[in-house]
Amino acid sequence: MAKAAAKTNAASPSVERRPALAGRAVSAAGVKVEILPPAERISLRAPQASLAALSKALGVTLPAKPKTSATKGGRTALWLGPDEWLIIDEAGKDPLADCAKVSALHSAVGISHRNVAISVTGPAAAVTVNAGCPQDLSLDAFPVGAASRTILGKSEIVLMRTAADAFRVECWRSLSDYVFTLLSEAASDAAN
Amino acid sequence: MLLIRCPYCEEERPELEFRNAGEAHIARSANIAAESDDDFEKFFFIRANPKGVIYERWRHIHGCARFFNAVRDTVTDKFVMTYKAGEPKPEKLPGASK
Ligand SMILES: [Zn+2]
Repeated sequence: MAKAAAKTNAASPSVERRPALAGRAVSAAGVKVEILPPAERISLRAPQASLAALSKALGVTLPAKPKTSATKGGRTALWLGPDEWLIIDEAGKDPLADCAKVSALHSAVGISHRNVAISVTGPAAAVTVNAGCPQDLSLDAFPVGAASRTILGKSEIVLMRTAADAFRVECWRSLSDYVFTLLSEAASDAAN
Repeated sequence: MLLIRCPYCEEERPELEFRNAGEAHIARSANIAAESDDDFEKFFFIRANPKGVIYERWRHIHGCARFFNAVRDTVTDKFVMTYKAGEPKPEKLPGASK
């Protein structure tokens, strides 16, 4: 039974992964904008009492402080709100399956295919993101590991600083062309 | 750009992340069907719209997505203070003379 289910899963065209904008990249002086490989993602909502059990199941401690994230073993938990997290798994393991084992009250929704991730790297990365994002991205206000839902131009994004000169921009798939183009234009401007 | 302090994010964030959500501290009747037409009109349509200090609901929609309350001056557009949803209307405002 389980074998048959696994087979159906792999063969079914409805779950075949077709990444949006895969392979697109733009380089400018001081900054590179590129589409990141697909990842597993969930939107997690949970009350305080469930956090310990969920952290244990996910293998990463859900951060409790605003604008922070935690990473362990290729899996990152980003604080989005007082009871809301975005979990990104880049190691190919499904966080949804891990949460399914938890009986404590929570809501986990698979959004792996909903988002597209774009990396912005280089000395002009912050300037490039700031072209459309109004947040203070100085290292004091937005240090390495900081993460936040915010806006970029007309699109809502989730922004995370992965290194002093590197950002991960998560946006909805349908807006990814707009976000990528805006960042590309900003990258050329940032060079001037 | 205005900076608005979100009581849940515990910091000032740019106004573009926020959305106004109308006057605060308007309690819906527990028995709305029993309300008279006049009372319902007051609850549903009538707003204070003061020139000066106003108590409003705001939502950090492109941030933590939480609703909270804010005290704002409609003349200067200055935010006097913000506080979490469900907290009582502040009796004393910071910087107020009385
Ligand atoms: Zn907030």
